[in-house]
Amino acid sequence: MKKTTKQKLRRAILYLVFVLAVVLFAVLADWGQIQTSFFNLDVAAEMLPRVFTVAAKNTIVYTFTAFSFGLVLALVLALMKRSEIRPYRWVANSYIELFRGLPALVTIIFVAYGLPIALDIRIPGGLLGQGTVGLGLVAAAYMAETLRAGIEAVPRGQMEAARSLGMSRGAAMRSIVLPQAFRIIIPPLTNELVLLIKDTSLFFVLGSTPVNKELTKFGRDLMTQKFNATPLVVIALVYLIITLPLTRLVAQLEKRAARAR
Amino acid sequence: MNENVPPIEAIDLHKHFGQLEVLRGIDFTVDAQEVVCVVGPSGSGKSTLLRCVNLLEVPTAGKVLVEGIDMTDPETDVDAVRARIGMVFQQFNLFPHLTVLRNLTIAQQKVLKRSEDEANEEARKVLERVGLSDKVDEFPIRLSGGQQQRVAIARSLSMNPDMMLFDEPTSALDPELVGEVLDVMRGLAQEGMTMMVVTHEMGFARQVGDRVVFMDEGIIVEEGPPDDVLLNPQHERTQRFLQAVLRQ
Repeated sequence: MKKTTKQKLRRAILYLVFVLAVVLFAVLADWGQIQTSFFNLDVAAEMLPRVFTVAAKNTIVYTFTAFSFGLVLALVLALMKRSEIRPYRWVANSYIELFRGLPALVTIIFVAYGLPIALDIRIPGGLLGQGTVGLGLVAAAYMAETLRAGIEAVPRGQMEAARSLGMSRGAAMRSIVLPQAFRIIIPPLTNELVLLIKDTSLFFVLGSTPVNKELTKFGRDLMTQKFNATPLVVIALVYLIITLPLTRLVAQLEKRAARAR
Repeated sequence: MNENVPPIEAIDLHKHFGQLEVLRGIDFTVDAQEVVCVVGPSGSGKSTLLRCVNLLEVPTAGKVLVEGIDMTDPETDVDAVRARIGMVFQQFNLFPHLTVLRNLTIAQQKVLKRSEDEANEEARKVLERVGLSDKVDEFPIRLSGGQQQRVAIARSLSMNPDMMLFDEPTSALDPELVGEVLDVMRGLAQEGMTMMVVTHEMGFARQVGDRVVFMDEGIIVEEGPPDDVLLNPQHERTQRFLQAVLRQ
């Protein structure tokens, strides 16, 4: 057989398998059952407007709180990691290794339940406080590495030029190096934000009230209550509405950064 | 300021990078309003010497005195002294996230505590002097290399420094852009600015320099009036270097 004929035949077979699989699925699937279990419009309608006004809002609030807390902590860690004082570097390195090595869920449970039981320390703010502190601690470890890389990506001459004009180390860091470092790390930081949005779903392990549920807990509770999977499909869509524009934004920022180089 | 105190004085200066001895006992002075050009092969330590003056490199041993102030004394307010020393780098090192105007005003405001109006006025004045008044609102990346280096010089001048250090200011430039930067430097020299210039531009050193210092392997081999050092060098090492440079 000729080589080109062989290639054509292979393509034809692959297409055929695909079409057969689709047909088989369409014939065998119980469309009525799928519609009532996953795309039940009555159940979906009941979720409005609270899926947006309560659940999605909470997810976003938790995300930004954890992100802000994590970013501040990350900045401290990144600067410690670059410190001339060895113990500071040591503490920062250990912190980063520890929290990157643990599941985020363990940290969240530790903050919410471990601390009160072990030391009678209660992070204020209920679900918002405990969850975001736990998640922020984890996010800080990742963002510290990103920030350090960003600071190191700013050419050394920038610090030297600022210092040669008489600026102190701190002033040069604040007004010359950090603004440039942040510009470099906007794409990876946005990625971290997307990860955090998804990680707020871990808050389902924390006790909740009707007003402080985030998307996952909201969907899961309703699924159990209605014995129907539609709420999960709805919250999945809401997650995508939030995350897809952000991931698209990251892709665009990266493309622009690549062009500028 | 005491007229007898030289702006720059190095006494038995040593600098090691690990095992590498880059400076091996340098005694060096720049007098007020003097233009001193430091020449020599790469790796001779001339840039390190320049960077020791404003303590971008910390000497391993010896002293650097700027206007009589010991830069290596831990009690010295190095930032305050640096504010009086302008420095121009080979790679310009403009702040890419700031406009030309802001490049010139940020240190005036943060270090000299000038008001925004004062700083802007001074910035526009020095930009006019380097012929870039029309570029105030541009970002550095939009300028040619020669324009960027002129902005860098203007940035230093906006601090009204007592002296200027130049670290191979034209080495990163396309040949046709070297002239505009040297013209600005020549103007500064004529106005009486105290200048220490590390350079490969032998023509500039001859025309503008009051004194030429030839360095090799971490020591000063020979120094004197430009015509003596560049046209009639006494040391065999200087002769070889100049022959190699002139052959190009």
